[in-house]
Amino acid sequence: MSFDPFALPPGLLLILAALVVAGLKGMVRKALVLLAPLAVLALVWTLPVGELLHVSFLGHTLAPLKVDALGRLFATIFLLMAAGGGLFALNQDRPAEVPAAFVYAGGAVGVALAGDLISLFVFWEIMAIASTLVLWSRDDAASRAAASRYVQVHLLGGVVLLAGIAAQVNATGSVAFAAMKPDSFGTWAILLGFLINAGAPPFSAWLPDAYPTASYSGTVFLSAFTTKTAVYVLIRGFPGAEILIPIGLWMVFYGIVYALLENDMRRILAYSIINQVGFMVTGIGIGSDMALNGAAAHAFTHIIYKALLLMAAGSVLYRTGKTKCTDLGGLFQSMPLTTLCGIVGALAISSFPWTSGFVSKSMVSQAAADSHLAWVWFGLTAASAGVFLHAGIKFPWFVFFQKDSGLRPADPPWNMKAAMVIFAALCIGIGVFPGALYALLPHPVDYQPYTAAHVIEMLQLLGFSGLAFFVLLPLMKRTLTITLDTDWLYRRLGPNVVGKLGAMLATADRAIRGQVMAILTRVLAGIKSTHGRHGLFARDLSSGAMAWTTVAVLGIFLAAFYS
Amino acid sequence: MSPQPHWLVRPKSIRLLWVGGIALLALFVALGAFIHPHATFGVEGSFGFNAWYGFATCAAMVVGAKVLGWVLKRKDDYYEL
Repeated sequence: MSFDPFALPPGLLLILAALVVAGLKGMVRKALVLLAPLAVLALVWTLPVGELLHVSFLGHTLAPLKVDALGRLFATIFLLMAAGGGLFALNQDRPAEVPAAFVYAGGAVGVALAGDLISLFVFWEIMAIASTLVLWSRDDAASRAAASRYVQVHLLGGVVLLAGIAAQVNATGSVAFAAMKPDSFGTWAILLGFLINAGAPPFSAWLPDAYPTASYSGTVFLSAFTTKTAVYVLIRGFPGAEILIPIGLWMVFYGIVYALLENDMRRILAYSIINQVGFMVTGIGIGSDMALNGAAAHAFTHIIYKALLLMAAGSVLYRTGKTKCTDLGGLFQSMPLTTLCGIVGALAISSFPWTSGFVSKSMVSQAAADSHLAWVWFGLTAASAGVFLHAGIKFPWFVFFQKDSGLRPADPPWNMKAAMVIFAALCIGIGVFPGALYALLPHPVDYQPYTAAHVIEMLQLLGFSGLAFFVLLPLMKRTLTITLDTDWLYRRLGPNVVGKLGAMLATADRAIRGQVMAILTRVLAGIKSTHGRHGLFARDLSSGAMAWTTVAVLGIFLAAFYS
Repeated sequence: MSPQPHWLVRPKSIRLLWVGGIALLALFVALGAFIHPHATFGVEGSFGFNAWYGFATCAAMVVGAKVLGWVLKRKDDYYEL
């Protein structure tokens, strides 16, 4: 049988390409970085629908390559993201970052096209390791520490997921990855493993802790894959699981409130990832065809505009070395293209009409209305206004406008500008021509985003959200602060408790050792007093005297015997 | 002589932006009179709903964040100490 590399899962092909990229330098490397994801993307679109590969493993038949509309949609956006991120990172001088990011993207594509839980788990863990390497490749103290916390959270999530998969396979006898209900230990553990990667409470803090510590281009890659593969597996694994509605709504508002309090521009955008994933998780919980289409479409558009926003932020970091809003401002004067692209990303994340967010997010809201979930609809509508507040205006305002920081950095090099322009064009293109995206969605789309009512309502909502921002601007004065989150438990409380326990143990240990030493010293002194050099039992006087006495007695005896 | 500030940051331009912005908001609200939204829950179809709801919920989120900030904000070198 001949070996056909194109029969391998596309994710694995991208991983192999990444390993080749790691060994290359110069123009050949750059060419492969640009071409590899697009070549794999072309391959994905030549694959027919169905299970295309079978592998026997531990008595089970695995399907590591299964193609359907949903999997293909996510594989497509992951590969587009790898290509755009590769272009943006073309001048990244840390040699490990882009290969690690491509392995990470390959893992995400692998998850999207995995037909069974075991293949899914393998690609899931490849993502955890490769994303840690992306963080590590910046190689400074903050990113190393954050990466070590990040990998521990994800390895814990992996253990929970594997336990769930083992229990589920044991209970059903099947490794197939199909829709489940959270009604057994196995399915609950799988759901928990998925939600940890989605950034759901109480595990949200790993994301804003880790992602903003990566390099200017590393954060762009990181924003795309982990949380959106989690959205993908939730869409396929737990459609209509009602618990996801309150979880999603919590994430939506958590992201807004924490982003409003944040000073670091990339941490603002990290919180807003959780906010946006919250819309998708809520849609998955609603579970209708419209809601699932909305969640999938929103994942697609979100990857593009969030990458665009982080490219704009990355360009500012690249040129100024600064990330804090308190240090930035007025950059529009010397970075016009970055400002413009940042504003397009900001409008798209805010679901402004004629941008990509408008045609995707509104499907989730519409699904909530169609399902008569009043509190969900009012919550999502308030949150839509809040997105404009925390990401749509706050990010561009504090970075590019507000006070003049006096900084006059130029726009970034051509490749970074090209990546931003392409992604900005996609944000507007999808917004103006949503039909192409709708055609890729898992369910047939019966939805018209551009009605006069919908456009006017959105313009009112966003316009007055903007008014609230500028009226309440004095309340949002930037300060040199962070906001405590659940990572406080393992970054401060845990180490403090362990430290205090350690100190108590050390004190107790010292006291006990001291007591034992005192007793031992006393015993030794006693022994010394009896058995020491001049001790009673150690004296040679008595034995010498005895010898002399014996000699004398024997002498007397001898004398008496012979006398 | 210091160079003239960028036209966008001159006080006159900022005043103009405020006036233009508020005029635009008024237009959005006014246009609401000519649309016929399909209201599932009733109130969201009422005149100007999205305007006041957007403003009120955003104000609530800003104030809510401010209150939470009093409890949870720390200096940004908190974890480095």
